[in-house]
Amino acid sequence: MADAKTRRRRWREPSVLPGFGPAFGFTLFYLCLIVLIPLAALIARPWEHGFGGFWHAVSNPRVLAALKVSFGVSLLAAAANVVTGLIVTWVLVRYDFPGRRLADAIVDLPFALPTAVAGIALTAIYAPTGWVGGLLAPLGIKVAYTPVGIWIAMVFVGLPFVVRSVQPVLQDFDAEVEEAALTLGASSAQRWRGVILPALLPALLTGFTLAFARAVGEYGSVIFIAGNMPFKSEIAPLLIITKLEQFDYAGAAAIGVLMLAMSFVALLAINAIQLFLVRRGAPA
Amino acid sequence: MVGSISRRGFTLGASGAGLAMLAGCAPQGPAKGDVQALLNVSYDPTRELYKAFDAEFSKRWKASSGKELKVNQSHGGSGKQARAVIDGLAADVVTLALAYDIDQIASKGLIKPDWQSRLPNNSTPFTSTIVFLVRKGNPKGIKDWSDLVKPGVQVITPNPKTSGGARWNYLAAWAFAQKLPGGEATARSFVQQLYKHVPVLDTGARGATTTFVQREIGDVLLAWENEALLSIKELGPGKVETVIPSSSILAEPPVAVVDRVVDKQGSRAVAEAYLKALYEDWAQEIAAQNGYRPTSAAVAAKYASQFPKLNLATIADFGGWAKAQKAHFADGGVFDQIYKGS
Amino acid sequence: MRTLTAKRPASVGAYLLVAAGLSWLALVILLPLAAVFIQALAKGSEAALSALKEPDAISAVKLTLLVAAICVPLNAVFGLAAAWSVAKFDFKGKGLFLTLIDLPFSISPVVSGLVWVLLFGANGWFGSFLEHNHIKIVFALPGLVLATLLVTLPFTARELIPLMQDQGSDEETAAVTLGAGGWTTFFSVTLPNVKWALLYGVLLSNARAMGEFGAVSVVSGHIRGLTNTLPLHVEVLYNEYDFVGAFATASLLAGLALITLILKTGLEWRYAGELSASRRH
Repeated sequence: MADAKTRRRRWREPSVLPGFGPAFGFTLFYLCLIVLIPLAALIARPWEHGFGGFWHAVSNPRVLAALKVSFGVSLLAAAANVVTGLIVTWVLVRYDFPGRRLADAIVDLPFALPTAVAGIALTAIYAPTGWVGGLLAPLGIKVAYTPVGIWIAMVFVGLPFVVRSVQPVLQDFDAEVEEAALTLGASSAQRWRGVILPALLPALLTGFTLAFARAVGEYGSVIFIAGNMPFKSEIAPLLIITKLEQFDYAGAAAIGVLMLAMSFVALLAINAIQLFLVRRGAPA
Repeated sequence: MVGSISRRGFTLGASGAGLAMLAGCAPQGPAKGDVQALLNVSYDPTRELYKAFDAEFSKRWKASSGKELKVNQSHGGSGKQARAVIDGLAADVVTLALAYDIDQIASKGLIKPDWQSRLPNNSTPFTSTIVFLVRKGNPKGIKDWSDLVKPGVQVITPNPKTSGGARWNYLAAWAFAQKLPGGEATARSFVQQLYKHVPVLDTGARGATTTFVQREIGDVLLAWENEALLSIKELGPGKVETVIPSSSILAEPPVAVVDRVVDKQGSRAVAEAYLKALYEDWAQEIAAQNGYRPTSAAVAAKYASQFPKLNLATIADFGGWAKAQKAHFADGGVFDQIYKGS
Repeated sequence: MRTLTAKRPASVGAYLLVAAGLSWLALVILLPLAAVFIQALAKGSEAALSALKEPDAISAVKLTLLVAAICVPLNAVFGLAAAWSVAKFDFKGKGLFLTLIDLPFSISPVVSGLVWVLLFGANGWFGSFLEHNHIKIVFALPGLVLATLLVTLPFTARELIPLMQDQGSDEETAAVTLGAGGWTTFFSVTLPNVKWALLYGVLLSNARAMGEFGAVSVVSGHIRGLTNTLPLHVEVLYNEYDFVGAFATASLLAGLALITLILKTGLEWRYAGELSASRRH
């Protein structure tokens, strides 16, 4: 390990391994081409009427309401996914039962199904005429065409992110540590709090972040089930579309930029926490 | 690090070349051989119409000019399609839901400003109007616009901000109420009332039809007449029926040749022939069979029983599309004021 | 064995937990999938099959496979390079670097398509240059590829990074110290260690590449038989009230993804012993 002085001078720790240059260079080049330059085009777009124009586009109460719906419901969906995702992963990794592999395989389905198809299928299920909606309608519970519907669609697209983040860690989990805790007479709650949860926390956090990020931007699966009522169930990506329909590229880009900035800050914060946890937990 | 730098250079070059190759192999482009291609960029509800028309026109074109013609179709929301053309989709002709969308293309210089006077009837070969679709037997007794705002009636119509058809719906409602005592003020409060009865705002006309017919949400759907006729045919004649209100609006979906594209691709002759053919009686028949009101007097007479007469306002009553768009549908317009937070 | 092996549930609590986990999976994922398949078969299997034999459907299948075939390898190479830099080396700004890799997850598909129009559309940054040189990017294959690349970029990298971080660089360091070259080390030490994660990432990005709808919809132009991918073809059929055709096509997509995922899961479980053995070294 390098001593503290060189560490401060160099931006990269020295390593005997080769290939950092080309690997990092290629990664950065590719990121520039596919992510950064296109995003630069987006970020450059809303300013044709100065900051005033940007502010006018994003400070509209309807835009704020839509952002609240998008970010609020995404947060709730990601939170639900962390809890249910952990249970699902635990069941898939720790228990053996018939159909386990099939269950493991279908977790990824939301990645593969076109979002519009997912949206149509979910609407068909949760509309008052659908399998589940029909059961809930007599109880006075409405799912489709309400924010609850948006939540369902976001849970659908986000679940695999949590399961697939937690699964490898849980699979690799050091059995001995847990068994030692068991032998020492730790109760099940103590084992969870003291051993299992701390080890899973970084992975859970990753899963939460990815599920949240995905839900915020989601359009195709949400739009069918949302009902799209202004101030109630209108999501921010729909307002981008609405602006585009009026040929208002600057306004559309303004909402896009704001959403991007909010997601970026959230991702950055959570990645920082996660790196901190990994570094703290990593053997020296 | 010296070695790694040169290797990085190689990787950069290789991926650059890969992307350049990608750019080279675009699937569209000038048609090969004797088959000429024509791209018609249209809005959603015209799929069935142009499927039939394209087949017949290609046949006739071959007979008269001896050349094979392949008409490619693109369908989508009218505004989205106009945007695609503005952003470079190489449409030879556009056939959209409203003149406003074609005006937008013209404002970018792709179509000459006088486009609407180049063909008869404001470049509208066939028209439509807005009617009601209700559940079989009309259980809520909906006969006219005023019934839509009665307590307990739910109305399905798409969002006028994202759907061209929905703008016609809105304007038809406005035109009805404007004739009532109180004029403009009555119209404004009627339309506000009406949208209070809308439980779901779909983004497009076909989405709204599915919500109404398949999901069984709402009591009445505001729809293009041709869409109403088609959905009865496609989605089960036993489920829904049309109601013709006392008045409505003359919906004019116009057509235009995209001058810059046809001049570049050398397809002006066939593009102009294609649009002119829409006015011929055989095409007017296809239009009538697909639920559009023909402009040809002879064909209109033949299909008169299919298209009941009613009082029709026109977009001119609103001072044209530019004015209507600004007053009603632009940000901060009347429609936005309906939804002012809750 | 260092890792825990799965066991049959032994207590009532365990059974309840398994039941709860599976019910949730069934409710959230199986139910929509079932809805898709059932609607596809609503008028019998022949109606569903005939929808897949239409020329427009076949050209959509071809286009979708072509786009995936270009995007998936590019993103796999990117994933390996990114994971190598992040997991084997320590440098400042790693958090920012990781965030940039994650960013495409959070970009709304609407925006992922729009950015390419802003760059390469007729009124975009390079619009007049492209028009002058008769190069088509948006509303043609390159636009579809670029939009798909952006959407699927993080998948392989995201699979590889946690695993390679977890494995550390001890094995590679040992190999290099013993005189192995960089590529040799990579191919004989690193790649075997991450092959399952790599395969997994490739499968995921493939599934996502074939299923992407929103971003592709913006740059496609929706020309039937030319620039409609499978998900866009589904939309076309749905909008034509051809629900059987739409869901049959969607089932094809879901079925393709399911088969590859089941294959992969099977392989992975079969070689689980080998996998954990290689990790244990």
